Amino acid sequence: MKKVLIIGATSAIADHCARIWAARGYELFLVARNEERLQTILADLKVRGAVKVNKFCVDINCIDQHVELLNSAESTMSGVDIVLLAHGTLSNQESCEQSVEETMGEIQTNALSTISLLTLIANRFETRKLGTIAVISSVAGDRGRASNYVYGSAKAMVTVFTSGLRQRLFKSNVSVVTVKPGFVDTPMTADFKKGLLWVKPSLIANKIVRAVDRRRSEIYAPAFWFLVMIIIKIVPMWIFKRMRRF
Amino acid sequence: MTLSTISGWGNYPKQKSQLLTPPSQDELKAIIIKENGLIARGMGRSYGDSANAPKVLRTTFYDHFIEFDEVTGRLTAEAGITLREILGVIVPKGWFLPVTPGTSYVTLGGAIASDVHGKNHHIAGTFGQHVNSMIMVLGTGEVVTVSPSSYGDLFHATCGGMGLTGVIISATIQLIPIRSSLIKQKTIKADCIEDVCEAFENNINVTYSVAWIDCLAKGKRLGRSILILGEHAKSGSLDLVIKDPISVPLNAPTALLNYLTMKTFNSAYWHGAKHNQNRLVPLMPYFYPLDAIGSWNKMYGKAGFLQYQFVIPKAGGVANMRRLLEEIAKTGLGSFLAVLKQFSNANKNLLSFPTEGYTLALDFKLTETTIKTLHRLDELIVEMGGRVYLTKDAVMQEATFKATYHNWEVFESVRKNYGAIGKFSSEQSKRLGLA
Ligand SMILES: Cc1cc2nc3c(=O)[nH]c(=O)nc-3n(C[C@H](O)[C@H](O)[C@H](O)COP(=O)(O)OP(=O)(O)OC[C@H]3O[C@@H](n4cnc5c(N)ncnc54)[C@H](O)[C@@H]3O)c2cc1C
Ligand SMILES: NC(=O)c1ccc[n+]([C@@H]2O[C@H](COP(=O)([O-])OP(=O)(O)OC[C@H]3O[C@@H](n4cnc5c(N)ncnc54)[C@H](OP(=O)(O)O)[C@@H]3O)[C@@H](O)[C@H]2O)c1
Repeated sequence: MKKVLIIGATSAIADHCARIWAARGYELFLVARNEERLQTILADLKVRGAVKVNKFCVDINCIDQHVELLNSAESTMSGVDIVLLAHGTLSNQESCEQSVEETMGEIQTNALSTISLLTLIANRFETRKLGTIAVISSVAGDRGRASNYVYGSAKAMVTVFTSGLRQRLFKSNVSVVTVKPGFVDTPMTADFKKGLLWVKPSLIANKIVRAVDRRRSEIYAPAFWFLVMIIIKIVPMWIFKRMRRF
Repeated sequence: MTLSTISGWGNYPKQKSQLLTPPSQDELKAIIIKENGLIARGMGRSYGDSANAPKVLRTTFYDHFIEFDEVTGRLTAEAGITLREILGVIVPKGWFLPVTPGTSYVTLGGAIASDVHGKNHHIAGTFGQHVNSMIMVLGTGEVVTVSPSSYGDLFHATCGGMGLTGVIISATIQLIPIRSSLIKQKTIKADCIEDVCEAFENNINVTYSVAWIDCLAKGKRLGRSILILGEHAKSGSLDLVIKDPISVPLNAPTALLNYLTMKTFNSAYWHGAKHNQNRLVPLMPYFYPLDAIGSWNKMYGKAGFLQYQFVIPKAGGVANMRRLLEEIAKTGLGSFLAVLKQFSNANKNLLSFPTEGYTLALDFKLTETTIKTLHRLDELIVEMGGRVYLTKDAVMQEATFKATYHNWEVFESVRKNYGAIGKFSSEQSKRLGLA
């Protein structure tokens, strides 16, 4: 029975990952900031057959609480085998452009808080020479685009950071899985026009759980985004910069 | 503000709509207080425009179990959870849904709002009759717990109320015990409509019964059917196999489903069935055969299709059904699937569809003539004292609705009392002349 720590456990994608792990009988430690929703998820997982679920309420931007959070997870479950980092906010690009404070806040939530956690977790796993760290980045981090480069650059930082971390931890038998979802229909993307390319959070969760099982390095979810992003990345800069905002 | 194109399961009519996805109850309340002309939308398995509006409140993220008492079979869950998810948890523990529609891809809230019926209506009534209580957000933003004994008027308006009284956020239902996940199935072949109605009557004590009917057969063979009976097996394992559907990703060329292919299919199906055959079948394919194919609704092509389900009173029902079948056969429209059932008495829910008699469900590819044909059938059904099922409807006229859903005025007054008027409306409710 594995022990899983989920940060951003109220995320729709993370919730579905938790359901799969709960059904397998894994022990879970859920971290999120909204107490009420965390409680809802906890009760749900119990009905779905989870043997042990614990919760911890914190705003992930309170970096000074990260050590306490990790200690609590480790002592409650007596160890952690898998960590999933799923928290995030979809930045409002236009208002970020007008506000340094908001831009910094977005970078804080989507990148710096994650970097802090990764730094702490990496050292703990490295010593134990065991563990899997899965981080939800995004296809948005593959190339900065006018319509969402604040969010995109935060995710790019996460992608590059995890790439380096993966290389460092490889010899310690710790795997780092970077997940790059495309369009997922969750409360985060409520204001987007939904169409053909959109998938349900349960599908992404299946892919994340499988990637963790197989200790994959980097996955696009669904896989076709790999091709889409190759095309987006390949466009020469002199054309790219002239393209309509997208 | 961005608009997405949505439609019901029949892919007609289409609607440009703002999809609202409040992640928490507080945000849901805030939206309801601020906005007007909202409608709750679950899995969008209603066929027409019941869950269409310029602004829809999506409930599918409220998909959590709240409590399940494995001893008493009492289940409480958020309204956006699907019956499919519920089955995955309850069947292995020896419980089953008291009433289930022919697809498991519907939400708990949708099942209540349409007051759905299953193959056991003659024994168990509708879904709403097994709801102990539910929590709703009203048009005023107020959150109330309703049950037959508290806010009884609101309860009976909400079960079958097509989302027009408020948003159901969670519900407690009473499940039924089972000892096996298998169904003892028996098929009976009937040569004509009279025979199948008699067979229904002879098997009135069997829990599940439904007939597939070849609506393209004419003359002496009019209404030839295969009656499928079922009982929960008394022993066997409780294992449940839930497979992902195979998908039909794109709209099929419209030519695929034409009169000839339908006639061939229906004829082959009838001749392929065996009379008086007994079999043990797993629960999922027994109750939800169509769920094996994802988005089968795309078989009808881009234009979509209309599902049409009516009920006519038992008195004179057999002769009237023959008349309606003749009328349908004459139009040459042809339905790929046609399903016949017997209903027992109506319940107290104001807009609930079932009333004692025979019900037939058909689907027709959408064309200009289809709509005209349905309006003509509507007239006959009004004359016969029947009515058409709202959750399948996309084209009924206001007069037909008001002539057949006799409690519509009481329904409106309940809506008025609880602040629903103006707040909640769908394209369907506007068409049917509800405020
Ligand atoms: C293949 C197939 C087979 C079917 N078989 C049957 C059958 O055998 N018997 C039967 O009775 N029906 C049957 N149906 C119809 C189906 O059960 C109903 O249309 C059901 O309401 C769909 O649920 P949904 O979650 O998709 O709701 P939607 O289609 O999203 O909504 C339907 C209505 O419910 C309201 N609603 C949804 N959620 C809420 C909520 N939380 N609070 C308030 N109102 C809400 C909506 O406003 C709308 O008016 C079938 C449909 C299909 C596609
Ligand atoms: N949806 C997509 O299309 C998409 C695409 C690519 C990548 N992703 C990434 O996938 C991950 C999961 O997102 P989702 O789609 O599942 O959206 P979601 O349901 O909105 O989840 C985001 C979660 O992050 C939490 N969160 C935000 N700020 C927080 C903070 N300061 N402290 C603690 N928790 C905080 C939110 O909690 P609250 O509810 O309390 O705010 C929420 O539960 C995110 O990292 C996102 O960037 C999503």
